[in-house]
Amino acid sequence: MFGQLFISGVATGALYALTAVAVVVVFRNTRTINLAQGDFAMVGAFAALVFIKDFGLNYYVALFGAVLTCVLLGIAFERIVMRPIADSDWLTLFTATLGMYYVLHGVAGWFWGRDTKAFPVTFDPTPIEVIGGLVSQGHVINMAWAGGIGLMLFWFFRYTKQGIAMRAVTDDPDTAMLMGIPVRFIVLLTWGMAGFLAAFAGVLLAPIVYVAPEMMDEVLIKGYVAAVFGGLYSIPGAILGALMIGITENMAGGYLGSHFKTATAFVMIVVLLAFRPQGLFGIQKRREF
Amino acid sequence: MSLLLELSAVEASYGVIRALQGVSLEVGDGDMVALLGANGAGKSTTLRSISGMVPPTSGQILFDGKSLAGLTPNEIVKLGIAHVPEGRKIFKDLTVSENLRMGAYSRSDKTGIIEDTDMVLNLFPRLKEREGQLGGSLSGGEQQMLAIGRGLMARPRLLLLDEPSLGLAPIIIADIFTTLKAVNAERRMTMLIVEQNANVALKNCHFGYVLRVGKVAVSGESEKLRTNREVVESYLGVH
Repeated sequence: MFGQLFISGVATGALYALTAVAVVVVFRNTRTINLAQGDFAMVGAFAALVFIKDFGLNYYVALFGAVLTCVLLGIAFERIVMRPIADSDWLTLFTATLGMYYVLHGVAGWFWGRDTKAFPVTFDPTPIEVIGGLVSQGHVINMAWAGGIGLMLFWFFRYTKQGIAMRAVTDDPDTAMLMGIPVRFIVLLTWGMAGFLAAFAGVLLAPIVYVAPEMMDEVLIKGYVAAVFGGLYSIPGAILGALMIGITENMAGGYLGSHFKTATAFVMIVVLLAFRPQGLFGIQKRREF
Repeated sequence: MSLLLELSAVEASYGVIRALQGVSLEVGDGDMVALLGANGAGKSTTLRSISGMVPPTSGQILFDGKSLAGLTPNEIVKLGIAHVPEGRKIFKDLTVSENLRMGAYSRSDKTGIIEDTDMVLNLFPRLKEREGQLGGSLSGGEQQMLAIGRGLMARPRLLLLDEPSLGLAPIIIADIFTTLKAVNAERRMTMLIVEQNANVALKNCHFGYVLRVGKVAVSGESEKLRTNREVVESYLGVH
């Protein structure tokens, strides 16, 4: 029982990590707490649903289409909404994303309806054996996707010019500009990455939470809590936080009953903020607001 | 000698503070020029106006005969001006080699970048030993070497240096200026160096300008400035 709860917790946590990492990446390059991150994912899930059901496309083609849709959405959001107010204080930026949250909720409801829709792709429920425990195939597939994306991000941030530049902008945007790094372009790239991660979060979660305008609301909060674990700064910290939330809530659900599941993340954040407000990894506040 | 940089009556402000009130100066191609003055005289702002960080409100900046008006900092870097900022401003969470790579951001000639990385690591062997270390873990002197190296990675025609001696031991300052002079001589790289340490600056540069409240107060050959009574009293101290 423990092993199974643990592994399915890791699988869910890996999907939360997609949101947590996006929250961190956007925050540290733009001082913006992006409340619309979950809704980017929701749009991705709806896009995939439309591509599969209405256009009859294959799952992977639909996934690719969702990624494209979400990246464009992220970029458009930066160009149209965030760039004109980029020099405002953090509360203005935060409020703009709150506005986007409601806009996307409303548009999705108006466009696709408010009822919950099943996602047409479900995984074979026959569990497979992994290191002595039985795991559903869906969990294995989700972990593989999240792990692959994690490796891709590692490679991007460690070895590519734009990835290193993104970290340089995080470190010191003024000096980055002085070095000839086009900071606005890097910020655009950051929002594109948020869209990219959102598409995977939305499409991979769709078979589990079903597709509806509010499908990502709870996931967003858990992703945000996980991001706070890393001090809103550290990507490994956010991933670890997401896995901890996934595992803990799954344990709580399994041993205490399913109504304890959602509360777990909130209990964790209250405890964390009480004892380590700078995040689990002791990261100092990097910027003055 | 032809002029590489020419500022005429440049004014610039931070909000209501008029930091530059008509700065005019010239830097010849291949020259090494010192920009001196007290705190708040506008030395750093002069450099920041050249690199596009604080665009002038009036006046003109010509680089190689072309106006820099309206250009963004990254366009100015592409034209061949690199800026080594005051306080070094190393990317603390990036390794030494990643810092150098960011200095070359505006370039895409792979072999040239590799050549220049080798050149920088030969100029500053201590950086070579610390290639994989994070910038934030370096000592002050090493950070200054990295900041200069990062500036050189842009393969600039004009290198702007803001207080390279700040907070460093005399022996390291001497070392850094020896290297700068070597680069200036061997690569014909023009340099405009802001310094508090007028002694060191005038010893190493050919020409000097002294700023006072946002304007050039005195200028001349380094040798002449070193015997100028006002400069001696205000900036060189009595020896």
